[in-house]
Amino acid sequence: MAKTLDKVDVVTVGVGWTGGIIAAECAKAGLKVRGLERGKDRSTADYSMIHDEFRYAIRYDLMQDLSKETVTFRNHRKMRALPMRQMGSFLLGENLGGSGTHWNGMTYRFLPYDFEIKSMTEQKYGKNKLSQDYLLTDWGITYDELEPYFDAFEKTAGISGEDTNPFWGKRSADFPTPPMKKTPILKKFETATKNLGYHPYMLPSANLSEAYENPDGQSIAACQYCGFCERFGCEYGAKSSPEVTVVPTASKTGNFEAVFHANVVEILKSGNKVTGVRYIDTQTGEEFIQPADVVVLTSYMLNNAKLLMVSKIGEQYDPDTGRGTLGKNYCYQIGPGATGFFDEQMNVFMGAGALGMSIDDFNGDSFDHSDVDFIHGASISLLQAGTRPILSNPVPPDTPAWGSEFKKASIHNYTRTLSVFGQGASMPHKENYLTLDPDYRDAYGVPLLQMTYNFTDQDRNLAKFITERAADIIKEMGAKTVAPGGPLTDYDIVPYQSTHNTGGTTMGASPDDSVVNNYLQHWDADNLFVVGAGNFQHNSGYNPTATVGALSYRAAEGIIKYSKNGGSLV
Amino acid sequence: MTNKQQGLSRRDFLKTTGIATGALVGGGLIGGLVGYNVKTDNKTGTEEHLAAEGQGSPKGLMFLTNKNEFNILSQATERIFPEDDLGPGAIGLGVAYFIDNQLAGNYGSNAKEYMQGPFFPGAGTQGYQSALTRGEIFRQGIAKLNEEAQTRYGKGFAELDGEQMDTILTAFQKNEVEMKGVTSEFFFKLLRQATLEGAYADPIYNGNVNMDGWRMKGFPGHQMAYINVIEDEKFQVIEPKSISSMQH
Ligand SMILES: Cc1cc2nc3c(=O)[nH]c(=O)nc-3n(C[C@H](O)[C@H](O)[C@H](O)COP(=O)(O)OP(=O)(O)OC[C@H]3O[C@@H](n4cnc5c(N)ncnc54)[C@H](O)[C@@H]3O)c2cc1C
Ligand code: SF4
Repeated sequence: MAKTLDKVDVVTVGVGWTGGIIAAECAKAGLKVRGLERGKDRSTADYSMIHDEFRYAIRYDLMQDLSKETVTFRNHRKMRALPMRQMGSFLLGENLGGSGTHWNGMTYRFLPYDFEIKSMTEQKYGKNKLSQDYLLTDWGITYDELEPYFDAFEKTAGISGEDTNPFWGKRSADFPTPPMKKTPILKKFETATKNLGYHPYMLPSANLSEAYENPDGQSIAACQYCGFCERFGCEYGAKSSPEVTVVPTASKTGNFEAVFHANVVEILKSGNKVTGVRYIDTQTGEEFIQPADVVVLTSYMLNNAKLLMVSKIGEQYDPDTGRGTLGKNYCYQIGPGATGFFDEQMNVFMGAGALGMSIDDFNGDSFDHSDVDFIHGASISLLQAGTRPILSNPVPPDTPAWGSEFKKASIHNYTRTLSVFGQGASMPHKENYLTLDPDYRDAYGVPLLQMTYNFTDQDRNLAKFITERAADIIKEMGAKTVAPGGPLTDYDIVPYQSTHNTGGTTMGASPDDSVVNNYLQHWDADNLFVVGAGNFQHNSGYNPTATVGALSYRAAEGIIKYSKNGGSLV
Repeated sequence: MTNKQQGLSRRDFLKTTGIATGALVGGGLIGGLVGYNVKTDNKTGTEEHLAAEGQGSPKGLMFLTNKNEFNILSQATERIFPEDDLGPGAIGLGVAYFIDNQLAGNYGSNAKEYMQGPFFPGAGTQGYQSALTRGEIFRQGIAKLNEEAQTRYGKGFAELDGEQMDTILTAFQKNEVEMKGVTSEFFFKLLRQATLEGAYADPIYNGNVNMDGWRMKGFPGHQMAYINVIEDEKFQVIEPKSISSMQH
């Protein structure tokens, strides 16, 4: 028998960036918020032994326990979906802070083009630029409307950057902190891209260039360029994460409480309202019902979609009929790029998660697509994140994979190799979607989420184009040997690519083509909000979190409005 | 040699060069394996290896139960990462102890991974789908290495010369050896990856003895900060430090 707890104003499922932002904003506004987090509590003190590639980057110490829950995957509908048994393509977060603890901190805003991609593409290239199999959809909000929320997120996180990129949207304020240090490696990229006529800029970074106090009074330290950033927590509290920003802000109000080891298994619904959630205490196995006036799904886009599906809220997308919106427009990202082998040794082991430079000359609609067989593009970057010896054994093509020649080449090239990579935008396709798996279950008996996904022709064409650009850049940087990435084949869930999964709980202007409105309020239940990269109608050529953060501020505003006036916010 | 092996082929290499981490998983063909010049006298290697027990805190077996299994693992990892003029190989770095110790823990029992049935083979893009744990795979793989050695050369694996060991390892890599519940190609990938982990993980895990793996590679291990040197044009040679030295 489930035990029913006292009702709260707002309950969030998960406490990462999205849950943390909602908690901070709602608690500041006087609402009583409870954050149910299935992992444990943690703070900067837990990262003092973090410079350990093996434990954290290879054995995934901070990440989700897949023995409890994973996803199943297949490339297409005729294949049998099977569990992702080991972490691979993406690294899911768990515990306070979620993936916001072990992210890199590259913090780009999506482009104005992204939010109105369907209208703008049709306007410029006609209705048939892509076939009808691609489900391009506007987001129901414009960049200009979202700009204040981007600004709010950047100020909370103290993002370091420079506004010299001619291709991104207009900013109402400069970055809160100046850009990071321009190292010799970055300068090579800067010179090469300028020589080629492009427009390099310092990557906006949540690894702060200087100590900073955010508008909520939280202090974030200055980055020490320690090189143990992505896949690690920051021992200095210098990487913006929920546990050094929004979570303490929420706690300080006295209106927020985080409950740990609380795994939510169902959203409870009555009529066209939700009434709360049901969760299991993972330490005792006890079941609890947490009633709430507002339920907010902030459990990463995969879990958000799964919880809606198991709770039967909304209509499941069906690729045969095209009906339904839940699970629709699942997108990922593609990583075209080129590796260069240089003569000189470089300090590749120094760095920071978001220390890098990028160009947007081939991203969004910043170049003319009339003569190419794809839309959108990729940011093209060079990152000096700190390469570590287990994961980085670069050898020129045609070197053996093991034995003495391999050893010599991998040791020689470790400090002589750089990569230029694209984050390729991903367009929604009718055959790429999320649903529930009929066969496999999680540790609590709930079905696993099933992913049907493959790269499309659009992706392959885009990848080929960007690979060539990346190879030109690394060559111009002075690489002696250039190894461009191979052609894009089938999506493979094994090698790490990025934790930039999007779609499934999309936002939009109409319930016909979206799950939530532009306040991230569910079309079928006024008091249910769904927040995360699942709201994206497609995936852009950047990392997602600034846009996820902006949407979280937008949702928080909606929740506060709703708690006063009720009803639909649009 | 042909391009047929599905292991770490040129295609895999190309596929992985552009990924966001910028990390490469490995190189191309195993051409040119013949004629490289490393010690083939396995006895020396084993003795050196056991001598490592004398240094610092003692090393011991936590998973494997007999010395022959351990010798096979030692020799196989040494072929993957051999001693040369740059410095020690897998044996000198304590890699087999590292692997053995890992097999005794979460890694060996796949504790943080989804191991519920039903099990089906699946496509390559779907990843690992066996019901076997890594502990079980290594035990079987080591036995298979020995069996192959007996069949092909009438000797145990650890008694073969270097080229013969390479021939057998290559057969595993190219998926030419029959294993139960797992492919030999997968076992080879695990073995290769675990060898690199043992060579380069922090020495607290009992590999990378004396931090020599890091020293060879020019990786300084755990350092608190690079803020004061990161803008220097010059390449910095920094004496490595283990996580065990971390003081806050
Ligand atoms: C290695 C890595 C590098 C990255 N680098 C970047 C980068 O440079 N730039 C960028 O923009 N983005 C990056 N990201 C992505 C970024 O981390 C995510 O976009 C962001 O953290 C998502 O926030 P979220 O709140 O939606 O989800 P999460 O951070 O995943 O938080 C969700 C939380 O919900 C909890 N939860 C899940 N299910 C339940 C349940 N049923 N009940 C209770 N709790 C539950 C989880 O334990 C987790 O704590 C990176 C991600 C990874 C893994
Ligand atoms: S690189 Fe900077 S932000 Fe990243 S973990 Fe190190 S000190 Fe922290």
